[in-house]
Amino acid sequence: METKGIVIAGVGGQGSLLASKLLGRVLANEGYDIKVSEVHGMSQRGGSVITYVRYGDKVYSPVVQSGEADYLISFEKLEAARYAHLLKKDGIIITNTQRIDPMPVITGAAEYPVDILDELKTKGVHIEAIDALTPAIQAGSAKAVNIVLMGQLAKHFHIDYDKWISALEQTVKPQFVEMNKTAFKLGYDYTDN
Amino acid sequence: MKELMIGNAAVARGLYEAGCEVVSSYPGTPSTEITEFAANYDDIYCEWAPNEKVALETAYGASLGGVRSACAMKHVGLNVAADPLFTLSYTGVNGGLVVCVADDPGMHSSQNEQDSRHYAVGAKIPMLEPSDSAECKEFAKLAFEISEQYDVPCMLRVCTRIAHAQSVVEQEDRINRERKPYEKNPAKNLMSPANAIAKHPLVEERLKKLTEYAETSPVNRTELGGTEIGIITSGACYQYCKEVFGDKVSILKLGMVHPLPVKKIIEFAGKVDKLYVVEELDGVIESHCRNIGVEVIGKELFTPLGEYSQKSIAAVFGLPENETVTSDTALPVRPPVMCSGCPHRGMFYVLSKNKLTVLGDIGCYTLGSAPPLNAMDANLCMGASVSGLHGFNKATKGDSEQKTVCVIGDSTFMHSGMTGLCNIAYNDSNSTVIILDNSITGMTGHQHNPTTGYNIKGDPATKVDLEALCHALGINRVTVVDPYDLEECEKAVMEELNAAEPSVIISRRPCVLLKSVKAKPPVKVDNDKCRSCKRCMKFGCPAIHINENGKAEIDTTLCVGCGVCKQMCPFDAIQD
Repeated sequence: METKGIVIAGVGGQGSLLASKLLGRVLANEGYDIKVSEVHGMSQRGGSVITYVRYGDKVYSPVVQSGEADYLISFEKLEAARYAHLLKKDGIIITNTQRIDPMPVITGAAEYPVDILDELKTKGVHIEAIDALTPAIQAGSAKAVNIVLMGQLAKHFHIDYDKWISALEQTVKPQFVEMNKTAFKLGYDYTDN
Repeated sequence: MKELMIGNAAVARGLYEAGCEVVSSYPGTPSTEITEFAANYDDIYCEWAPNEKVALETAYGASLGGVRSACAMKHVGLNVAADPLFTLSYTGVNGGLVVCVADDPGMHSSQNEQDSRHYAVGAKIPMLEPSDSAECKEFAKLAFEISEQYDVPCMLRVCTRIAHAQSVVEQEDRINRERKPYEKNPAKNLMSPANAIAKHPLVEERLKKLTEYAETSPVNRTELGGTEIGIITSGACYQYCKEVFGDKVSILKLGMVHPLPVKKIIEFAGKVDKLYVVEELDGVIESHCRNIGVEVIGKELFTPLGEYSQKSIAAVFGLPENETVTSDTALPVRPPVMCSGCPHRGMFYVLSKNKLTVLGDIGCYTLGSAPPLNAMDANLCMGASVSGLHGFNKATKGDSEQKTVCVIGDSTFMHSGMTGLCNIAYNDSNSTVIILDNSITGMTGHQHNPTTGYNIKGDPATKVDLEALCHALGINRVTVVDPYDLEECEKAVMEELNAAEPSVIISRRPCVLLKSVKAKPPVKVDNDKCRSCKRCMKFGCPAIHINENGKAEIDTTLCVGCGVCKQMCPFDAIQD
């Protein structure tokens, strides 16, 4: 199998490391060779963060470059636009519609491009935009946005639902398993009305 | 058992399996997790040392005492540890000694992108460089073997894309080892000039033997494919080259990056038409090839700047780029910021408001340099804020003393700020030092340090008293303030700047991300009272923004109720 690429983008503190851990776990359980490249340190402090996941029969590079990603999962819509160039031509963006202002917008030095997803759509990018914050809060924590989006991503994979759940159980701390299971299901069942 | 592990966790696993008994380190991205994961194994004694020099010297002592020991540090940490490293090359080891160093090409979280391989060359010691997590584990174990066989500390170099990339690792059991007896042997262990003069030829001899090892070791392997192009490479670059070319080219993959083989390279060069060296940062392998008379193409095509990738390498070889879609809109950047409720912010606001010159240091608080606070003029390396302030005030013959301060974190102060403070007292500059004490090593992800009262395992430990320490270093005026109280901070800063002797202000409040710190309910804006003056926007809190009606608004998911913004509002519009 040719190597597939998934990019997880977001704002530092939104839980991209947990999402990539879950994804890595479920794909490793399926027997794929896999590499996950994370960012630690300074950029995590509210900055733009990005994690690469690559899997297949044999994976060499741990990073995803322009035009190599099959999926871009974004926890914030400006970040979806920032990394859209990483997508393959027929790649899919799954993004949270939440807006989090970066500091230049907060200070008035720049404007938040509110119609950014529409622009990408008119360019032919396949986008699944969902409000992941509401189901996350419904599940018990605004921080569960990451798992809601992973639930949405899971629908695109031919991997049994139960396997995602058992990977989730292996990944999150015991006290958060139930909340994350609920968040995952809400993401999985999400339909855009 | 197979596990998906980041490279750093795999290095720790390798230390564990090799029977390593002692690990001492100072945290630094991207090396920190090596020691954090090692600390999870009860069979290894692990500790956070105050700095990398102390860490390496502790590992040295453990080696002298007869056990396998290690330390881990970031590239700039190796500068601090360089003093013991260079002479350790002369003494050699008793128990195996492994020095792990993590480079940061691309400077994801660093102040420079120096190439640590130069240290292996300079100190004349071997260095291994893994290409994935499985090799991280394997090479950590091999490093101990080389260390003991050749009586030398062995370095293990990882870079960010290896240290922080997860891949599959096969776990094996730990092999426990008998402690080697310590025997008094000054000719080997005591580096007086006479003994060191006798040792130096042995160091040179050893390098020749290690070169022989490099010729035959399986860690330097030739992968023959197409022979039109040959590539010599190592580390993450090996993966990028394989990604681009697969088996279409021949590759000499170097797992040992110092010393480099001679015959093996000459032989490889003879098998291919055109020979390239692909290495991030400096042309270390390239220079070696030229020195041994092998013609290669290297840095004239491949940049010494930043990180490589399959894309950057493909571009150099003129391969077509992938099709992509990009947005035409100018997207606002999203730089890292100090967290909402960060205790550093209050102090930086005071420094910014009073337009002081601020010499900064290394840590989360470097983010105080960003807009809108812009509250830092310079920074250099760990500890340089304190010693630099002293020199700055000497340069102006004291004219700057009343408008210049330095800021340094608690952990950085313990690392190398206190010697600078001692110099201020001893050599008499009327300097004002602010210690931003957030009771943790923040930027690297919450490691304990001698001032926190806990050790690496989270168990209670001796807590160094910062106030007493500053007094002992010769400072009479030591004040403690709460950075959530702007008035108190401003009063203290002005008073100490105007005092006729050196002083320390300890700005003390624990990092808001610590689990022990409980968030308060978010504050709210009273729309009737808010007059859209935007004073609160000068504070740079990510939880405050101006809404479409021009009024300040608090993001309740981000606000932790620190209440500092309440003190800034001239109209009392921000309330509990």
